[in-house]
Amino acid sequence: MEAGVIELKQLTKKYGEFTAVDRLDLTIRQGEIFGLLGPNGAGKTTTILMMLGLTEPTSGSATVCGLDATRQPMLVKRRVGYMPDDIGFYDDRSGLDNLVYTARLNGVPEKDARERAMLLLEKVGLADAARKKTGAYSRGMRQRLGLADVLIKRPDVIILDEPTLGIDPEGVRELLVLIREMSRTEGLTVLLSSHHLHQVQQICDRVGLFVKGRLIAAGDLDTLSRELDGGPTHLVEIDVGGWDSALEETLLSLEGVLAVNRCETDALSGSGAGDASSDLATIRVASGVDVTASLASAVVSSGASLLGLRPTRYGLDDIYHRYFEGGDSHERTS
Amino acid sequence: MSGLLERLRLPLARLRSGDGPAARTSGFADRERGPGGSAFWVMVQKEFGDHIRSWRFIILLAIVTLACIGSIYASITALKDAQEAATGSGTEIDSSFLFLKMFTVSDGSLPNFLTFLSFLAPLIGIAIGFDSINSERNKGTLSRVMSQPVYRDDFLNAKFVAGLLLIAVVVFSLGFLVMGMGLLTIGYPPTPEEFWRVVVALVITTVYVGLWLNLSLLFSVRFKQAATSALSGIAVWIFFLVFYGMIVNLVSNATAPGDAADAAAYVSQQNWMMLLQRLSPAYLFQEAASTLLLPDVRTLNPFVTQDQAYLALNAPLSFGQSLLLVWPQVVAIVAETAVSFAASYVAFMRQEIRSRS
Repeated sequence: MEAGVIELKQLTKKYGEFTAVDRLDLTIRQGEIFGLLGPNGAGKTTTILMMLGLTEPTSGSATVCGLDATRQPMLVKRRVGYMPDDIGFYDDRSGLDNLVYTARLNGVPEKDARERAMLLLEKVGLADAARKKTGAYSRGMRQRLGLADVLIKRPDVIILDEPTLGIDPEGVRELLVLIREMSRTEGLTVLLSSHHLHQVQQICDRVGLFVKGRLIAAGDLDTLSRELDGGPTHLVEIDVGGWDSALEETLLSLEGVLAVNRCETDALSGSGAGDASSDLATIRVASGVDVTASLASAVVSSGASLLGLRPTRYGLDDIYHRYFEGGDSHERTS
Repeated sequence: MSGLLERLRLPLARLRSGDGPAARTSGFADRERGPGGSAFWVMVQKEFGDHIRSWRFIILLAIVTLACIGSIYASITALKDAQEAATGSGTEIDSSFLFLKMFTVSDGSLPNFLTFLSFLAPLIGIAIGFDSINSERNKGTLSRVMSQPVYRDDFLNAKFVAGLLLIAVVVFSLGFLVMGMGLLTIGYPPTPEEFWRVVVALVITTVYVGLWLNLSLLFSVRFKQAATSALSGIAVWIFFLVFYGMIVNLVSNATAPGDAADAAAYVSQQNWMMLLQRLSPAYLFQEAASTLLLPDVRTLNPFVTQDQAYLALNAPLSFGQSLLLVWPQVVAIVAETAVSFAASYVAFMRQEIRSRS
């Protein structure tokens, strides 16, 4: 593997007895979008702080852009843009002023700073609100301003801590699209942490699952789900009229099918159908390969009526969930 | 405003270019100063601007200005009364250091300028510093600024320097305001010596306010809530203003030597009490400023032997001698300032900076 932009080696951080980050090894390559996923308190923010040299690791090393983050935090911070979760701005200053201030802290002369700030505000769609005080900004606007704030120093790497926290779905989508665009057009390496799995999986090239200070799995989505259990990667939901156990047997015997579950028909779809829905069932079929077509033909040929067929890829949510379900019994270490 | 700062920056930047904490690697020091000036002065500039624009500062300035005008009124009335009384009785009024008297006399209706200043100065310091670190932390701006290529100590230093600059501007403009208004009303020009005495007194006041600024900075590093830090600052202020003297008196009464005839024991006990008294920055400031503004003060010792009193010339001290007399006080105030700054520095450097926690 080529040398990464961010390389963490055996990174450990202890707060007294509590180990926040436990011997973490991670490499993030140039130009990729990496999602660091994990529940609250998993040690994501601590890891990020160590990459920026804001916190000293207990042991191990964090290398960013070829620089040791603990020894040369200044040079690292010059090249890395960091957006903290719940980012704060000087409320009694305008968005433009806040950006100019950040730029000037990075040694950009006032005039250039202003130009850059206006350009970026345009990009993130805040040009109209540039002279409004940030105290009056909405949550989504603040996050977008945060993105501009990160980009104004023209970093090589940007680290976003929980960028989607507390914004409405449309705002999240816009923000993520914006992040991806920036990454693609400027060749930025992006590391973003989140516990909103399905949001992040839309834009990440690779993700790492981070639990209790350990990286339990890393890779793109398919690899990740294979890495965990070698389990199913595909999930198909079928609405069948006339469900019986014979059909269940048939489906289970299909090549690649791992599990067939009947799930409760949800209240919304059931209410309209009335009594007739008693033999209508929604079946979830999990499989290692794509079996949608053969499932359909199996259902039809068995004489049952096929009412709906929804192939869904196994999302991170499921992977995540499965890890936690099985986590205690397996006691997995990566 | 920025022009002023620009000019201020030049000599200080030159002064600074030689120094650097140990963490700083000299090779990188040059890279830190881009064409936009070093991050430190950008921060100072911003802090200064924030202070000037804040409501808090305007209110504070209004209070202090009112106090000044009141004290000028009181002192001028007192001077006029003395003048009239002197003309009435046909004697000449003692016009030596008449100009300085504007700062120290009063007709009794209001305290004089010096008293007002020693009372209000800590308030200025506390008001400027009490929320400087913790409010940034609570707003989440601290972690954002810290993720920029900025040294952590520069952040604290910038807060202090901006505050001190502001204090210097306020104190000097008030001092000169009193001088100017006095000049207009009494029409008696100051001698150069008087002028320098006032200027040095103002410098000492600035240092004294700087001490309170530092103390409130320390509280703002230590306490997460701005209200807690403001209250602790005010508590310390009131403690030194009101209670400290009482406590020293209590101790003095309790430790008074039983044998009233034992002069040596008595003197040594009084010296100890003086030392205790002088731990209080308020007392130190009072001593330093009044010695400078009242040239008649010849000594700050509690005891003068009869021989000394008899042999001493009955004349005011020269400026240089007054300065010499208060030098220990000034050093003590500066030392106390340095100690509280060091404390906040250490506390701040050890803190972990996370967003809003």
